[in-house]
Amino acid sequence: MTYLAITDLQKHYDNYHALRGINLSISEGEFVVFVGPSGCGKSTLLRTIAGLESSTGGSIDLDGRDITEVASSKRDLAMVFQSYALYPHMTVADNLSFALRLAKVSDAEIKDKVRSVSASLQLDALLERKPKELSGGQRQRVAIGRAIVRQPKVFLFDEPLSNLDAALRVQMRLELARLHKKLGTTMIYVTHDQVEAMTLADRVVILNAGQIEQVGTPLELYRQPNSRFVAEFIGTPKMNLIPANRIVRNEDTLSIDLLGQQIPFPANRLKGPLPDSVVIGIRPEHMSLVETDGDLTGRIELVEHLGSEAYAHLQLSSDQTIIIKAPARTELKDGQEVNIKIDVSEIILFNESDRVISVIPEEA
Amino acid sequence: MKRSITRLLMAPSVIMLLVWMIIPLSMTIYFSTIRYNLLYPGQNNFVGWMNFEFFITDPGFIPAVSNTLILLLSVLIITVVVGVMLSALIDKPFFGQGIVRVLLISPFFIMPTVNALIWKNMMMNPVYGIFAWISESLGFEPIDWLSSYPLMSVIIMVSWQWLPFAILVFVTALQSQDTEQKEAAQMDGATGWHIFRYLTIPHLARPIAVVVMIETIFLLAVFAEIFVSTGGGPGYDSTNLAYLIYNQALLQYDVGVASAGGLFAVLLANIVAIFLIRAVGKNLTV
Repeated sequence: MTYLAITDLQKHYDNYHALRGINLSISEGEFVVFVGPSGCGKSTLLRTIAGLESSTGGSIDLDGRDITEVASSKRDLAMVFQSYALYPHMTVADNLSFALRLAKVSDAEIKDKVRSVSASLQLDALLERKPKELSGGQRQRVAIGRAIVRQPKVFLFDEPLSNLDAALRVQMRLELARLHKKLGTTMIYVTHDQVEAMTLADRVVILNAGQIEQVGTPLELYRQPNSRFVAEFIGTPKMNLIPANRIVRNEDTLSIDLLGQQIPFPANRLKGPLPDSVVIGIRPEHMSLVETDGDLTGRIELVEHLGSEAYAHLQLSSDQTIIIKAPARTELKDGQEVNIKIDVSEIILFNESDRVISVIPEEA
Repeated sequence: MKRSITRLLMAPSVIMLLVWMIIPLSMTIYFSTIRYNLLYPGQNNFVGWMNFEFFITDPGFIPAVSNTLILLLSVLIITVVVGVMLSALIDKPFFGQGIVRVLLISPFFIMPTVNALIWKNMMMNPVYGIFAWISESLGFEPIDWLSSYPLMSVIIMVSWQWLPFAILVFVTALQSQDTEQKEAAQMDGATGWHIFRYLTIPHLARPIAVVVMIETIFLLAVFAEIFVSTGGGPGYDSTNLAYLIYNQALLQYDVGVASAGGLFAVLLANIVAIFLIRAVGKNLTV
């Protein structure tokens, strides 16, 4: 059941087309993350939903009500800003209760709600402090508390964690996930950090140049991207993309010519017509280093040891560099020649216009 | 070693400032305790507190003190209130914003004497002033502002002169107001008035304190506007302390009493400053 429906939403600035026809439907209770590179329109989309920017076309419906032209104060949405935007001269308690006081809620009820919210966010001891006397994480929690206390229909988060240090970010990410589980309220979250997108989202919306590139669960996007953009955007380190020249079809197997080696590829995994040349996409963890009988050979340029694993940067015979995930205690040396085995079932094929032309095999 | 060098290097400016302040102050104190009337040269005997007594018992003293305070408070209230409202009004972009801002600031560039002349001759003149023309075209008797409402006339002139200063400070302050806070308030259901009341006004607390303090310094010593327009009259109706002192020194040639008045003005300025700092100065520490 669609809760928030966005239909053909357009946003033009003076001479810039920021949103180029966004269509999206979000169910109640969903955690949706908008992700994309900077300038892709994700913040504009969120701000348009919030009513802080006016749309220049299309419509937004929330819970059966058209809110396209409704003032943001009447939309029943709450937003957490990147800068937290706490009211600097008010105490934490006043910050939390500001919306309730404006809505003329009774004092007893305000007190009640502030108490329960501050308890759930561990703000009890800070209620009398001013924002400038709080740490970054505490301010963040106040900003979230200010949104929760109103019990809005949808929470909007605009890169809420980007001003926190790395350790705190991981912790707040967890708290947000927990909060969503507890409240069950619909949440829309904007970030440029794909890790946040992958870990928090029920569904991820990938935006590129004002358009939706792909919508799906984090794993869908990871395993079955629609385009080269999505494939490269999701996953750290990036997916390796190796151009392959010729594809030969023999019965129900395709034979892909990859730097002189023939890679077999089941024909039933191909969708659409067969192009002349393709680009092979393969993630670092789907290749392995073998003693003999590899699909490719390469020379090790550099090994990055991350403790739990290692990433080997290899140079192929075509001078291209690829990354392969290796075991943590690898004995690899720089300059060493190695054989690479590719897990064919995980290969993704792209055509010349960067669209994906393969499907992932059904899970065995 | 290092400290003594710093002190040595600072010494000239510090001494300069001290001399600058102390010589006039001590001379004023000295003059206030002797008989010093320019009509009776050579009779400069010590008179103790007598100059102060003369000044305080002068029939113009009570009106002058009250006029000084009324003028100060009225102009402060007008410039701060109207200044905040006008600045909030021109904060949002609109067509011709630049020109409107320049026009609003420009009275500040006009010197007080010219300001008073403009108001006296072009605006408030009962025969060919603009106000007279307005009331006549509406069928009312024209008002002779300078003789009927002398203090109010001075208040209007000085407010016109100082409003741009307030606007200048407030507009700059408003530009530094965080837009995300306003947006957050919008999301919280705040109307434009709520945002103004609960976000903009507190944000302006510090600039308001600055405007009040700086204006106080200058408004206690308003002189040119009174001199050019009402001449302190009728009677003492628009005489303030600065004008009374001028009156004593240069119209009655009594430097001794004028010095005593000057010292009293210093005292009054300090009293006012203490109250104002108590009232608005605590905003400076926020």
